[in-house]
Amino acid sequence: MTPGLLFTQNGSAVNRNEIPEHSGERFLETLVSAIQGGWRVVSYFGAPEAHLVRLYCILSFKSHAALGIMSTAVSGKSFPSLVAEAPQLHLFEREIAEQFGISFEGHPWLKPVRFAAPLASTSAVPPRAPEKVGVMDFYRVAGDEVHEVAVGPVHAGIIEPGHFRFQCFGEEVLHLEISLGYQHRGVERMVLGRPGLRTLKCMETVAGDTTIGHGTAYAMAMEALCGVRVPAKAEAIRGIALELERLANHTGDLGAIAGDVGYLPTASFCGRIRGDFLNMSAELCGSRFGRGLVTPGGVQFDVGRELAEKLRKRIDVARREVTNAVDLLWDSPSVMGRLEGTGVVSEKDALDLGLVGPAARASGLNRDIRRDHPFGIYNVAQLPVETAKGGDVYARTLVRWLEIEKSLHFIEEQLAQLPGGSIASPAAQVGGDQMALSLVEGWRGEVCHVALTDGRGELERYKITDPSFHNWSGLAMALRGGQISDFPLCNKSFNLSYCGFDL
Amino acid sequence: MFKAIIARCKQGHRTMAYPREPLSLPERFRGYPELKGGLCPDECRICADACPVGALSCQPELSLDLGKCLFCPECANACPHGAISHTADAMLAANNREDLVIRPGDEHRLAQALEAKMLSLFGRSLKFRSVVAGGCNACEADTNVLSTIGWDIGRFGIQFVASPRHADGLWVTGPVTEHMREALLMTYEAIPAPKIVVACGACAIGGGPFRGSPEAHDGVEGILPVDLFIPGCPPHPVTILDGLLRLLDRMP
Repeated sequence: MTPGLLFTQNGSAVNRNEIPEHSGERFLETLVSAIQGGWRVVSYFGAPEAHLVRLYCILSFKSHAALGIMSTAVSGKSFPSLVAEAPQLHLFEREIAEQFGISFEGHPWLKPVRFAAPLASTSAVPPRAPEKVGVMDFYRVAGDEVHEVAVGPVHAGIIEPGHFRFQCFGEEVLHLEISLGYQHRGVERMVLGRPGLRTLKCMETVAGDTTIGHGTAYAMAMEALCGVRVPAKAEAIRGIALELERLANHTGDLGAIAGDVGYLPTASFCGRIRGDFLNMSAELCGSRFGRGLVTPGGVQFDVGRELAEKLRKRIDVARREVTNAVDLLWDSPSVMGRLEGTGVVSEKDALDLGLVGPAARASGLNRDIRRDHPFGIYNVAQLPVETAKGGDVYARTLVRWLEIEKSLHFIEEQLAQLPGGSIASPAAQVGGDQMALSLVEGWRGEVCHVALTDGRGELERYKITDPSFHNWSGLAMALRGGQISDFPLCNKSFNLSYCGFDL
Repeated sequence: MFKAIIARCKQGHRTMAYPREPLSLPERFRGYPELKGGLCPDECRICADACPVGALSCQPELSLDLGKCLFCPECANACPHGAISHTADAMLAANNREDLVIRPGDEHRLAQALEAKMLSLFGRSLKFRSVVAGGCNACEADTNVLSTIGWDIGRFGIQFVASPRHADGLWVTGPVTEHMREALLMTYEAIPAPKIVVACGACAIGGGPFRGSPEAHDGVEGILPVDLFIPGCPPHPVTILDGLLRLLDRMP
């Protein structure tokens, strides 16, 4: 284990004064040696303090289910960049630079991330106006036959806004640069102060398709701050809802992947079956996206024997239908021909970039928060982690399918053995001067929430890291050397969140 | 090929009968609220205090703004007098912003059909260009659902198209972030007149959970003229479809 870190566990809170404060040099040394020793950066962010910025780094070491925290104070205008040693930090450093005006020396290209106004200004860095969204220097490839394709922010379908620049040589993509920020609503700034119902609603809508994922991560952070224990039944219901969310999104995406290769049967069937899973979430709590289900302390809706039985029957039907629909893919050589070898992200690139979720597992990385840092129901009920080798669209499709099978089984098991008792613990006082840390394996991957409270128990800084934050670079990498016409297909296989990134 | 045909037989015909037959919604679905102001004691503000987005007002009497409402269970859970409950009625869309503010005893004001000239233009074929102006992607997801086989919105002549030049209307979701304001206006400009605007979801109507954020504009109000407001966070697909069919005078 690495010295210099405060060790903690998923879903727990620590006193802020226990977090090791290092000099800048020691902080960087510790970070580098931790990464070399197999630790992975979960979150790296700044928080304003009087006249300075405090940087916090949260690391994960999966085989011990350990999380490590350390901090350093930056009082000047700049701080050394570690991107050359640890590419997984590149966006985190850009984000800190944008939010606090700190320049990272040695960073290859400190561009804006969300084109947002600074979170805080310190004495070393005067306040500045935000830059105009999407206006920046893009990486360009020069050459007679090289051309540039610019797409967005408004796209052809009903999807979120982003801007994509392809540097192409004929059909071949030499480089893709993705510029986001259009969905920036200022969530992290909005939730500061005393946490309340509004905070919960903002968390549920960080990324609408990950309502349960983000809602649970927020609830876990609050429970850690309050020292509240969640009843067993509530943990089981949360698990069921989280897996239903995974099922709906994976099924929808498998349909969308089929649609993008022009294979309409699976596209049509999965588009409908996705709705069946959403309707099961609505049976739980009235909302197809799980709104209002998770609350700090537990859940707001109980699942009785009758509802459990009804859901089990519907899961059974959905399993038969989704299996029937997806099996067509594996049996169609023309579909396989389009998926195999398309949009490859090598294991090394996935590791270097710090990918998470199904995208990482499809590149052979064996990481899953449900097993590595178990939380809630996953402490007692394990789900097998599915990985694949190829790192291509096929591997990402396959991993999604294998996860669908496991989630269906998990939900059936949980519905059959729902514990009794209450579904929520009473609210309690939020602890002051604490840092709470929670990780949830959402359907897209690792959702990380970090809450820092001041002496009165009010949120002083709230840092959300959506899996998309780790994975957008993976999509850009998948396009390298590929065909520009494969972009929609690669994009669907990742299906990343714009709003979860833009925050 | 044969496998695909067998699968097609197994999966069956799935397009729903709505609007000819009603749609069955889950028991816990929260639709059009029922307000019983007579049950409210004087000076009681429990529901208004419980509402995370200020959709409820107790002065001078109980009222609820469907445009702001997130249809979360908080107010009904908080009210000890049973003055607020949600019915399973998913028909929520309206033409005017003020029609979304409901008071006890009010009649349910639903969206009305477009005027005759617009109806003759759009009644049989209405194409929308969608702009996601912030938001969380849930409204977009449930708008996309309408094009799946279960809903098959194409059977009503309604379609979402790739270019504003091909569109008759603008479909807005999200609270209109500052960063999307220009793109939204440019897309609107690019749609040939006459055109209509639909604000889909609590964010587009009034900012939703992000109301008051300095980075967003609390919805399209004051930015574009809106012809149809579809409340919900996100609206259920049937709420969206119902609003559109009423606008096009296509309800049986």
